[in-house]
Amino acid sequence: MIINHPLLGPRDAQEFTYLGDAALIDRPDGMAYPTPDAAQDAFHDYLYQRANPAGEHRELWYHEQGDRSWLVVTRNTVTHEITAVDLARDVARAQGRSK
Amino acid sequence: MRYSGFRVIREALTGHKGWGHAWRDATPQASYDYIIVGGGGHGLATAYYLAKEFRQSRIAVVEKGWIGGGNVGRNTTIIRSNYLLDGNEPFYEFSLKLWEGLEQDFNYNAMVSQRGIINLFHTDAQRDAYTRRGNAMIMHGADAELLNRDQVRALYPFLNFDNARFPIKGALAQRRGGTVRHDAVAWGYARGASDRGVDIIQNCEVTGIRRENGRVTGIDTTRGFIGAKKVGVAVAGNSSTVMAKADMRLPIESHVLQAFVSEGLKPVIDGVMTYGAGHFYVSQSDKGGLVFGGDIDGYNSYAQRGNMPVVEDVAEGGMSLMPMIGRARLLRSWGGIMDMSMDGSPIIDKTDIDGLYFNGGWCYGGFKATPASGWCFAHLLATDRPHPTATAYRFDRFRKGLMIDEKGQGAQPNLH
Ligand SMILES: Cc1cc2nc3c(=O)[nH]c(=O)nc-3n(C[C@H](O)[C@H](O)[C@H](O)COP(=O)(O)OP(=O)(O)OC[C@H]3O[C@@H](n4cnc5c(N)ncnc54)[C@H](O)[C@@H]3O)c2cc1C
Repeated sequence: MIINHPLLGPRDAQEFTYLGDAALIDRPDGMAYPTPDAAQDAFHDYLYQRANPAGEHRELWYHEQGDRSWLVVTRNTVTHEITAVDLARDVARAQGRSK
Repeated sequence: MRYSGFRVIREALTGHKGWGHAWRDATPQASYDYIIVGGGGHGLATAYYLAKEFRQSRIAVVEKGWIGGGNVGRNTTIIRSNYLLDGNEPFYEFSLKLWEGLEQDFNYNAMVSQRGIINLFHTDAQRDAYTRRGNAMIMHGADAELLNRDQVRALYPFLNFDNARFPIKGALAQRRGGTVRHDAVAWGYARGASDRGVDIIQNCEVTGIRRENGRVTGIDTTRGFIGAKKVGVAVAGNSSTVMAKADMRLPIESHVLQAFVSEGLKPVIDGVMTYGAGHFYVSQSDKGGLVFGGDIDGYNSYAQRGNMPVVEDVAEGGMSLMPMIGRARLLRSWGGIMDMSMDGSPIIDKTDIDGLYFNGGWCYGGFKATPASGWCFAHLLATDRPHPTATAYRFDRFRKGLMIDEKGQGAQPNLH
């Protein structure tokens, strides 16, 4: 698979390591829940539960043997076709995060 | 029809005209007491033990393709019970004991071959870890033996013992481990279940799971609605997509694992060998091909094929362990989709929806589990209580911090 790095251009997927669902960017704020149980539920879902779709999937790839950036790659898990690659930093900022 | 030596001779003398179909290809009835979704090894074994051990009536197995077309027909056929942790070892030893009596039990030749398995080690630390594992196995009634370097050399003199990075220092052996003809496992269970009245319905994909007031009422399929009191889902690599039809999310990711077969060679490896340092494991099939594999591709995939980098990685691992493998031609390779769970261990449990049960998360180790998985799932479906050897395989173990993490990798499915 070739990942079209937004800064570096097309790179072989072998240069990257894989983390999983891009939803992992949205780490819950443990202090923002009314009860400890609610916070625990949120963290349980965040850490362990996955949508795991057959089809389009947004996922995190780390350019370990390159510029060490994190990317959000939109890839079809049935065909392996990659339709979008963004810097994870840009995705997080677009969601209102500072970094 | 019962298979026997006498029957084989009679058929040989009468032109093999008396062999019938091994199982009935049934059409769906309006409703069942139990529907098992997924005609793989686990689904068929569940139906078989449900009918035989728990004497439940009106059972169907619903399969979207043909039975045995999934992972049960795609794996590298290794069976063993060399686990370390309390939640796992009794379960896999129960499974190995069932394998040992399986052919007599279902009157079908599954070619269960206890040719032995060895796990090589290369450092003192690995030797200590395998010593500990062997002791855990023996404490749970399994067999284990530590082999030194000379004993391994006597077994397989052709190995690369003086590899500078991973010199072979010895191995953990389980003589009762081995291989089984995987397709025959599906066929034998299907036949045994069908003979006991189970409807095996092929080419019937489940497209919905219907519920009313928090209770399952049946399934929608490509062949219409089928009513059911209890539905048990055992669909291996498709666990997430099928359970999503009941609006459930699972602690599971689907990943592809590849396997490889070389051209037929003279007998060279009589057992199963694993080489953890090089991510390579190998055995020789009864037809002579070397059957081997390595790591998963490492990212979510529902494509039943792998990618070249892992082919290269597995071939390199093989070459570093047994350099002579480089002279053998590779005949074929393929991939299967596995439901990798968050701790690398399976789930057999009720769900929050009454009448809906789940069996999955077998990762790349579920073939050896087939008999015990079927037995324990049947036990759960019939009695609503977990079988004693499967009490740890619950959904809530993640919430409670009771993970069964054999590899110690944490919640990283692609690393298990
Ligand atoms: C390459 C490879 C090597 C392996 N090697 C080993 C090994 O050496 N030892 C070991 O112990 N394990 C091994 N495994 C793992 C093992 O094969 C699996 O864990 C196990 O077989 C899974 O259970 P199963 O046989 O019931 O699954 P499957 O045979 O995949 O059964 C699931 C069935 O569900 C059906 N299904 C899916 N969706 C639907 C639907 N919507 N409606 C109806 N039916 C549906 C599928 O068509 C399929 O037939 C290996 C796996 C692979 C891929």
